[in-house]
Amino acid sequence: MKRYVFITLLTIIAAFLIFSGSTAFSSDAKRLRMATTTSTDDTGLLDYLKPYFVKETGIDIQWIATGTGKALKLGENCDADVLLVHAPGLEKKFVADGFGTSRNVVMYNDFVMIGPASDPAGVKGNRVKEALNAVSSKKMKFISRGDKSGTHQAEMNLWKSSGLPVPDKESWYIQAGQGMLTTIQMAAEQNGYTLTDRGTYIKHEDTMKGNPPLKILVEGDDLLKNIYSVIVVNQAKCPNVKPDLAKAFSNWMSMPSTQKLITGFKLSGKQLFFVSSK
Amino acid sequence: MSFLFDGLLQAIQLLIHGDGETYSAVSATLRVSTYSMATSLLIGIPSGFLLGHHDFLWKKHIRTIVDTLMSLPTVLVGLLVYAFLTSRGPLGEYGLLFTLEGIAIGQTILALPIVIALTATAVESIDDKLRVTLISLGADKKQVFYSTIWEARYGLLAAGMNAYGRVLTEVGIAMMVGGNIKWHTRTITTAIALETNKGQFEMGIALGLILMAIAGIVNFSLSFLRNRS
Repeated sequence: MKRYVFITLLTIIAAFLIFSGSTAFSSDAKRLRMATTTSTDDTGLLDYLKPYFVKETGIDIQWIATGTGKALKLGENCDADVLLVHAPGLEKKFVADGFGTSRNVVMYNDFVMIGPASDPAGVKGNRVKEALNAVSSKKMKFISRGDKSGTHQAEMNLWKSSGLPVPDKESWYIQAGQGMLTTIQMAAEQNGYTLTDRGTYIKHEDTMKGNPPLKILVEGDDLLKNIYSVIVVNQAKCPNVKPDLAKAFSNWMSMPSTQKLITGFKLSGKQLFFVSSK
Repeated sequence: MSFLFDGLLQAIQLLIHGDGETYSAVSATLRVSTYSMATSLLIGIPSGFLLGHHDFLWKKHIRTIVDTLMSLPTVLVGLLVYAFLTSRGPLGEYGLLFTLEGIAIGQTILALPIVIALTATAVESIDDKLRVTLISLGADKKQVFYSTIWEARYGLLAAGMNAYGRVLTEVGIAMMVGGNIKWHTRTITTAIALETNKGQFEMGIALGLILMAIAGIVNFSLSFLRNRS
């Protein structure tokens, strides 16, 4: 009796394995794999674009949403066919080093500096340089992504262009090592300042039902532009990648109809991404 | 605080309304944990038997190594497996990165030391008279193995449950090797991490409760079997 129960159990497991294993090595010739930054996924932009892309090109697309730093690393290791990222400096280096064949600017939004509505550092309406200097001299809490993401990269560039060292070891400078939304939440918990892309901030605003604890204090500075590009991974370095599908995606993102879709993507009635008027 | 209760409500809603994303994550979790548990039990029980039943050179040291491996950090396993499965890695040509099979490899590495160590302990704890009796009754090696394993079954069940708990709840391997791809490699745990990052705490709680429900069902069925036999 006991052994029958045992054997039955084994049979069920075996059946389950065979049944579920059947899809394991299905053909993936028409499947494009993209590594991208968290903001394109967290805001819902990719979920919104995917059905159009699949319908118009017949290509299935899968993405791994992570920081731009890791996305570029995945490209370097040939684990993605195409990248959608936002760190122009690193991207240019990536292409110059031969890991990518083309870099196609597809959309932009901007970074904003957010902080408590009471604004203890008094940065509201300032330019970035003055704002960062105020935060630094008053030792106000500043939450940094600290994860080599595109936003983190932009933030480090901003410290430099404001004539300040990156405050790596300062007690008021908190390096979260987390995604953008988590970092915003940490800043809200600690009543601190942080730098975010506008798209993710609108998403946060939307989740908070229009009343987030942190408000936009610094915006509109030229230094704050946030540019997203599509990079096709170089087949010469990575024989297994699918440059045809990657180029199809890159071209599709630049098509007027797609650019119109991107412009039409809104949360709480606010546009998240803008397209270049070239 | 209110999101805790909202999470409970949402968990019930997700299950009743048959939310596609949730079921996809549940199915990914079940598949991947079944693969890894089947493999680790298949390899782990015989190895654990050898380790518990036989005496050989370096046995104590091997035992210590296996015990140490029980506390392998999942992120480290994820990185190791990634290093092998990446297109530039030695196993890159098989295209296992960002697949459920890839995650299963990592989870097998995670579960194996637990199965081996706890099986060895269970086998060791069996009265040595059993072996002597079996041999004096003329049992061959195979029969000794099966009878010992059978006598140690409750210990093995505990080993399996322990390993299953670790496999079911780990997030480091699934995130690194699986890539958290929606509809493909998104498991319940990576979905919880994602929803939490997005600030959707209710959804995180809901998925956590669903994971607990799965663990509950498995443990109830096993203890039912145990009481029957």
